[in-house]
Amino acid sequence: MTDKHDETTETASSGYQTPHPEGISIVLAGGAGHGIQSIEAILVNVLKKDGYHVFATKEYMSRIRGGVNSTQIRVSEKPVRSYVEGTDIFIPLDQASYERCKKNLKSTTAVLADASKLQAPNTIDIPFEKVASESGNPLFANTVSAGVICGILDVSQEILYEYITTVFSKKGDDVVNGNIKAAQSGYLTGSQLKQSVRLTFNTIKKNKPTQSLLLSGTEAVTFGALAGGCDSCFAYPMTPSTGVFTQMASFAERAGVAVEQVEDEIGVVNMALGAWYAGARPLVSTSGGGFALMTEGISLAGMIESPLVIHLAQRPGPATGLPTRTEQGDLNLALYAGHGVFPRIILAPGDTEQAFELSAQAFTLADQYQVPVFILTDQYFVDTYYDIPQIRTENIKTERFITETTKDYKRYTLTEDGFSPRGIPGFGSGLVCTDSDEHDQSARITEELDDIALEMKNKRYKKFDSVKENALPPVLIGEENYSRLIVGWGSVYNTVIEAMSIIDNSQTAFLFFPQLYPIHHSASELLQKASTVIAVENNQTAQFAQLLTKETGVGIDCKILKYNGMPFSVEEVAEALNQG
Amino acid sequence: MDSTFEYKTDIAWCQGCGNFGLRKIVINALEELEIEKEKLVFVSGIGQAAKSPQYLDVNYFNGLHGRALPPAAGIKAANPNLIVVVESGDGDMYGEGGNHFIHAIRRNPDITVIVHNNMVYGLTKGQASPTTPKGMKTPVQTSGVFEEPINPLAMAISLDASFVARGSVGEFKLTKDIIKKAITHRGFSLVDVFQACVTFNKINTHAWFKKNTYSLDDSHDPTDRNKAFELSLQSSPWPLGIFYKNEHKPIFEEELAVYRNGDKTPLYKRTRDPKIIDSLLQQKI
Repeated sequence: MTDKHDETTETASSGYQTPHPEGISIVLAGGAGHGIQSIEAILVNVLKKDGYHVFATKEYMSRIRGGVNSTQIRVSEKPVRSYVEGTDIFIPLDQASYERCKKNLKSTTAVLADASKLQAPNTIDIPFEKVASESGNPLFANTVSAGVICGILDVSQEILYEYITTVFSKKGDDVVNGNIKAAQSGYLTGSQLKQSVRLTFNTIKKNKPTQSLLLSGTEAVTFGALAGGCDSCFAYPMTPSTGVFTQMASFAERAGVAVEQVEDEIGVVNMALGAWYAGARPLVSTSGGGFALMTEGISLAGMIESPLVIHLAQRPGPATGLPTRTEQGDLNLALYAGHGVFPRIILAPGDTEQAFELSAQAFTLADQYQVPVFILTDQYFVDTYYDIPQIRTENIKTERFITETTKDYKRYTLTEDGFSPRGIPGFGSGLVCTDSDEHDQSARITEELDDIALEMKNKRYKKFDSVKENALPPVLIGEENYSRLIVGWGSVYNTVIEAMSIIDNSQTAFLFFPQLYPIHHSASELLQKASTVIAVENNQTAQFAQLLTKETGVGIDCKILKYNGMPFSVEEVAEALNQG
Repeated sequence: MDSTFEYKTDIAWCQGCGNFGLRKIVINALEELEIEKEKLVFVSGIGQAAKSPQYLDVNYFNGLHGRALPPAAGIKAANPNLIVVVESGDGDMYGEGGNHFIHAIRRNPDITVIVHNNMVYGLTKGQASPTTPKGMKTPVQTSGVFEEPINPLAMAISLDASFVARGSVGEFKLTKDIIKKAITHRGFSLVDVFQACVTFNKINTHAWFKKNTYSLDDSHDPTDRNKAFELSLQSSPWPLGIFYKNEHKPIFEEELAVYRNGDKTPLYKRTRDPKIIDSLLQQKI
């Protein structure tokens, strides 16, 4: 899976120590309400349709208007899937945006700005608003800047205008025509700019346009859940998990999903458990603070042996933390949430394809093992999108594991492997009883401590065996005869892979864990083979590395950690690996 | 009493507890309604009242303290054909579960909520509950309760709950009829039932409830919300009966996209054509 670096297509040059990552990187920044998201959407879609590979990620402040939001768009001939620091084209829409993002500027960055709006050295003046006004409305300034980028990159004008028409068609002909005019003016400016000013990046090649998908982490989780047979979704809004909930609601009619916004996260998890009990397959989507409230419900799932699927999109804590930023800081929370002992499964996709597959699989695993399954993502992951090949939905199996009951049905029948057939009320002639108290096989409360109560404890513990045995194995990427092994999980996946491609990666491999708990039995051996093990984690204490050591006994030699609320950049990881 | 709904076991309630009376009333109501047992689900939280489903031969989900209402709504969302009855105590429903109570009324799932209201915490040995009258001394409220008790009926009517009633274990027939009407009513039905805690509440005894309650007569029009609200504020004597009904409220599960066309097939019986996901994905090209 390693994306080998190809010298011939390498784009221009940079003042960076490590070689520059693929393609060119465009950063747009402005206050909330400036329409940064609209420019991003236009550019990413149009560039993709024109045959480029694209990637976009955003960072934003926790406010409705103002502040500084920025988006990074990478454009390349090859697939690009991670965040980089180096900026080739920078469009700040106001002074504050310039100040906040200037740290990532290189000597070669082309800064395109409206000189009447902000003061910055070495900028190329483009009066976006004036051009927009000439097209009919100063509000079209966004579209002008999208047009400028398209002009610089020689994007097909036909595709650009067609996309603009589709996007604005609901707003009427005047808006469509005004925006097309704005894009045209921008395009012309961009083309002229390319000829008159020496832009320091090379032209990147286009591929033949394909029917690829542009999918964000949010969308991948949602589609994956649907493919896994998810038929309901209960949630309370919380950034950055809300997107999954909103997406699910937008599909409710067509895909047949029962969606409810519950009064609080305690209600969410309990409603989901009620729905699982009655045979539904609900998805819960939340972030750290909401997940914390769900703890009692997770414990309940453990006791009543209910399936449960929770998507946990992490952001920095404690408490409200940095609401719109990213961190891989909630692994321990997911691992230890709930009192008492019961098995659970923690999955963490590394890219959107995995997010689709694992989210689908989460429902099968939860249903089969009657345990809570957590899908860990983070703000960076859910808000990031790039083009991927078409997803094959026919390969996804949605197995169900419910039993038609008979008159003598007992929900907690003792079995060899600890799994009791799961009936649901109304399906069969038996009764389905479930209880949060310690109970006997029929779910009647018991205090027979050394008899049935102990047998129930043993039964729940026994399930660990199968859950562990069927854990997803880690994926080894890179050199098989490695001496240096990088371990990582979740959203560091693409960043580590790209960083490896731009450094000397001989004898280096990357061991990626799509399942964080229980850890697959192969992990020990794979870790022991390395002379140096390096953990890359977007948190302060290397939570997963600690878990790995606890479970395998193998120590981690070096930890590359970041926890300022931002994701790792490719350059950062590459540099740290070069030093390590 | 031998009933199809009765589950014979060692019952953990104190002798003389009002829970026994309410259990009998509920069983009789279910019998008279001739409910198919397999379609009936009892949901409860924690507390002595919440143990009720343990002593019934029904499907049940006995969950966490204060959390009976969310799973009850979840069950209706998963399968609207199930008849869902919640049994709970005043502490469980109005204290720990207060927020869910408010929002379940807003949500209006077609469930019946029977609250065993003995105005005290029994399971934890006699502390004040949200409905304990002012002045009552307890091991915690040693100088007497000073907080205003919750008025569940007034609260429910103010939220325009779909069905609001009060029964009393001492009034067998009246309470049984209320519960029957509550179960057949479409929408969220609250039946607050006065009962005595013989161990921890020495004030609100069986005799006290008998003496301090009266039944609403037929002249009360339960669709008159203002009148219902006025009655809900009355105490000593406390009215019993159906205070309020609103039969025109949208029902939670029926408003969910999956059932909006009137098809009540439970979710577990539905399969989704993978082509639907493919077609949604096509929009991402």
